[in-house]
Amino acid sequence: MNQPTRCRIAWAAALSVVLGNSATAAEDQATRSLAANCTGCHGPGGNSVGAIPAIAGLEKAYIVTAMQEFKAGTRQATVMHQHAKGYTDQEIEVLADYFSKQKRQ
Amino acid sequence: MSLSRRRFLKQLAAGAVAGAATGVGRPAFAAGARVVVVGGGFGGATAAKYIRMWAPDIQVTLVERNREFISCPLSNRVLAGQVELVDLTRGYGALSSKYSVEVVYDEAVAIDPGKRELALEGGDVLPYDRLILSPGLDLLFDEIPGLREPAARERVLHAWRAGQQTMALRRQLEAMPDGGLYALTIPKVPYRCPPGPYERACQVAWYFKTHKPKSKVLILDANEKVQSKEPLFTKVWKEWYPGIVEYRPNSTLLDVDATTLTAKLEFEEVKADVLNVVPPQRAAKIAADAGLITANNKWVGVDFLTYESTAKKHIHVLGDAIVAAPAMPKSGHMANQHGKVAAAAVIALLRGEAPNPNPVINNTCYSFVSDKQVIHVASVHRYDAEKRTMVVAPGTSGVSAAPSELEGTYAESWGKNIWADMLA
Repeated sequence: MNQPTRCRIAWAAALSVVLGNSATAAEDQATRSLAANCTGCHGPGGNSVGAIPAIAGLEKAYIVTAMQEFKAGTRQATVMHQHAKGYTDQEIEVLADYFSKQKRQ
Repeated sequence: MSLSRRRFLKQLAAGAVAGAATGVGRPAFAAGARVVVVGGGFGGATAAKYIRMWAPDIQVTLVERNREFISCPLSNRVLAGQVELVDLTRGYGALSSKYSVEVVYDEAVAIDPGKRELALEGGDVLPYDRLILSPGLDLLFDEIPGLREPAARERVLHAWRAGQQTMALRRQLEAMPDGGLYALTIPKVPYRCPPGPYERACQVAWYFKTHKPKSKVLILDANEKVQSKEPLFTKVWKEWYPGIVEYRPNSTLLDVDATTLTAKLEFEEVKADVLNVVPPQRAAKIAADAGLITANNKWVGVDFLTYESTAKKHIHVLGDAIVAAPAMPKSGHMANQHGKVAAAAVIALLRGEAPNPNPVINNTCYSFVSDKQVIHVASVHRYDAEKRTMVVAPGTSGVSAAPSELEGTYAESWGKNIWADMLA
């Protein structure tokens, strides 16, 4: 199944607008789908039980810095240096923004 | 009134109310649309929960034959006496109480793709707008003549589904006298959980080393080499379990004598005190019967944007049953990722919208090489529009530098978090 170009553009645009003011439904879902990558390890909504750090409610700038340092290999990691390399800088911003807004439980 | 007729009328009513209430915005069809999910494991439970979380106007019914979920990942630790089965067990209560998933404890037996109906063992027939199958796989005992009788399978266990098999294998190992032989056979790839058998060998070896040090672990692998985390497992066997673990590749199991616990290979026979056979595998019967298998007579082809079957419309397939993309393992973690992509795609399709053209998923898999030390393998996978499959993102694929207790704590945390992600 080939996606029409306008759909690809719509989803990409959705991700960039998310960082602005009010998000549309499509933008919300694009963000939620991306963030859903993380919850298998970090727990639902980024609330973790046990040794894996919770990421819910962390400062956005902190998450961006950490992920960029994982990506660059300058931050101590067991597995996150691998995961961080899988995302674009824009996606990292979106993830950081999303998890910064999640309630810590 | 029969259960299915009551359900049918409820759906009609929901559709009528939705039609009146929505008016503008998303198509009325989506509100009150009905998704049926088969399988309450890593893929199905996740898909059911996430559809309800992201689109509470869509009805979801989950069909699961077991009353509780027991995680096969991490269950090798039960064999070493490190955890109890109860630690790996979760209920389905929150799916219904928190997310209003209709949980039906029954077995799905047949699909009518034309009528869009799912028949259950108990007699009910469930209509669906979209069907999500996360049915796991069948263990092909028929391919090992000596295991065709149920009595034989009571003596020669697989423990490739967690639960009674895990407990029974643990009891066999506990009962084995010191100096005995545990033989584990591994089928040719692909099979569920590539590192699983090697982790099992480590767990049994650790148990022997600490409790029955004259005992041996013999791995009879049909494959040419260790299929996951190879240098790490090989090093652990050599340095931590010398004289205990022996690894033999290119050793396909042809038959078994369940009375004498003898494994029959092409050029030799091995008599064990505990014989553990992981049989060859194939996508579950319900998928096969519905004509969904497209590859090697074993696996279900899917569109990686939506997990929709390439053989039948309106049926999405997740987890171990599918034809894997390059380097995509048959793992619980991966099935949980499939479930979320499929959830978003099914919601979009029911609303008449395009699904995400750029899905990203990942795998993280932890193996316990001793009581506390763990190694991982991980990768990120992104959609390649030209190849129309998921490809490994550059720089993301890799394993631990060495085993560590730190990763052991992460592995335990991973379990609790992913089961919560699926079921809480």
